[in-house]
Amino acid sequence: MAKRIDVSGLSAYYGTTRAIEDISMTIEPRSVTAFIGPSGCGKSTFLRTLNRMHEVIPGARVEGKVMLDDENLYGANVDPVAVRRSVGMVFQRPNPFPTMSIYDNVAAGLKLAGVKKKSVLDGVVEKSLQGANLWNEVKDRLNKPGAGLSGGQQQRLCIARAIAVEPQVLLMDEPCSALDPISTLAVEDLIGELKSQYTIVIVTHNMQQAARVSDRTAFFNLAGVGQPGKLVELDDTPRIFSNPSVQATEDYISGRFG
Amino acid sequence: MTSSPPATSAGRDRRPRRDSRVGDKIFFNLSRGSGILLLVIMAAIAGFLAYRSGLALSKDEGNFLTTFEWTPDAPKPVFGIAVLAFGTVISALVAMAIAVPVAIGVALFISHYAPRRIAQPFAYLVDLLAAVPSIVYGLWGALYLVPHINGLTAWMDQYLGWTYVFKTTMPGATPRNLFTVGILLAIMVLPIITAVTREVFRQVPRMHEEAALALGATRWEMIRTAVLPFGRPGIISASMLGLGRALGETIAVATVLSANNVLSLHILDPGGGTFAQNIALKFGEALPFGRDALMASGLVLFVITLLVNGAARLIIARRKEYSA
Repeated sequence: MAKRIDVSGLSAYYGTTRAIEDISMTIEPRSVTAFIGPSGCGKSTFLRTLNRMHEVIPGARVEGKVMLDDENLYGANVDPVAVRRSVGMVFQRPNPFPTMSIYDNVAAGLKLAGVKKKSVLDGVVEKSLQGANLWNEVKDRLNKPGAGLSGGQQQRLCIARAIAVEPQVLLMDEPCSALDPISTLAVEDLIGELKSQYTIVIVTHNMQQAARVSDRTAFFNLAGVGQPGKLVELDDTPRIFSNPSVQATEDYISGRFG
Repeated sequence: MTSSPPATSAGRDRRPRRDSRVGDKIFFNLSRGSGILLLVIMAAIAGFLAYRSGLALSKDEGNFLTTFEWTPDAPKPVFGIAVLAFGTVISALVAMAIAVPVAIGVALFISHYAPRRIAQPFAYLVDLLAAVPSIVYGLWGALYLVPHINGLTAWMDQYLGWTYVFKTTMPGATPRNLFTVGILLAIMVLPIITAVTREVFRQVPRMHEEAALALGATRWEMIRTAVLPFGRPGIISASMLGLGRALGETIAVATVLSANNVLSLHILDPGGGTFAQNIALKFGEALPFGRDALMASGLVLFVITLLVNGAARLIIARRKEYSA
């Protein structure tokens, strides 16, 4: 079910401001691709164009093409709602629905898709929570509110919610930046397990994290203040961190700027 | 040398602290004073009502709770709240049944559907509705709504008559009934409910809305999964505010309703009464004892409002752990 993402000539705008310019890249299925780069370089914006979440911001629009296998996500007849069902997303801050129980949070996506049968929901909830390494911690309190969990548990709950609908791609926007080191480790381990089934794209400010979890790393940068962000290079992670082909990448990962 | 730096820093520390302590004291006492004042006023009103009611109730020859008539100044004083309580509750229920869904819709339109440049003036317009004096609503109700609503009531009689509630036994009578009052009250409470729910909907964290959208929710599904549950306590509180106004509305009801002491579940039949309307209507001509009797009915309205608010608090508290 994991699919390949093929982006070509993609630019994204907020109103008249161009946030990212002319990005093309291929993201392989069943791999983890990390986006790194200084703040404001457009990596989160780019991530959000991959499931058409960019355009929910008033005035925001996208030019270019994103192919998921052989379907253009920005094709004329493509429903953004359908795109978001096949490309899941985990956000920077854990955002379980505060009014829902743990169970209902995980089942939320399925219920939106019209699944009503309790036995099906039960099965998916358990499978997803197990997939998110959270089952053992919450199996006795599935009907308690999701907001009552710790930050790290909440983020794994959000991952469970995202994978419950069996997306083809999982996007993660700095999923560990609000978590303590132990919870971060738990989520990173989880990413390692999930990549056998999903195409995973993760934005991170933490370069050690990129080095630890990803197979491929893309470095984004912007030419200056007010300039749109660009993809500088995308390569195998070990190569980016040992012998990048662009000087700016090396400057960034060695801490000379950013 | 060694002692001077701590001394200066201590001196520096002390001065702003002393200043702020004075400010703290003033504001502490001010806010505590306001709180106490509120309790004193509430106690004074309740005490006054209870005292005067007591005077009247001890001489009531009928059953205060079940009597339909209101003749406290007769040689043999008989008065009861049955008709008033029924009319008050029914007209307020009709008002809430109409106003709450419409208010939620308007609030959602302003907070989530309308483009910003339309939403702002539109919200202002709704707020403006709240500034119209109730006598104006009353006059509009009597002069426009009553003569024009016959079509609707006839339709309801014909197609919804089987519900008993919407059956009319006096077809063609001027519709100065509890249903018309309910519609009028609905319009009057709409702005306050809309204003409060709108603010609550605006406060729904963006990240919860995005969570729903990212799961593949349409806009309406996003509102159902993220916005409405989050706004639920606010919707209840807003409805309580509106209900308070609907229960206590006086002059608009008095202008529209043709009051009598008939208690009928046919809410399209003219007649009935409400607490506030009855007080407004009878106070002028009442003798001192009759006024005490009216106070007693006011006390009942006070208690009903208290009970309804208490029930709403319970509903909100029951789901407390699920509120953000």
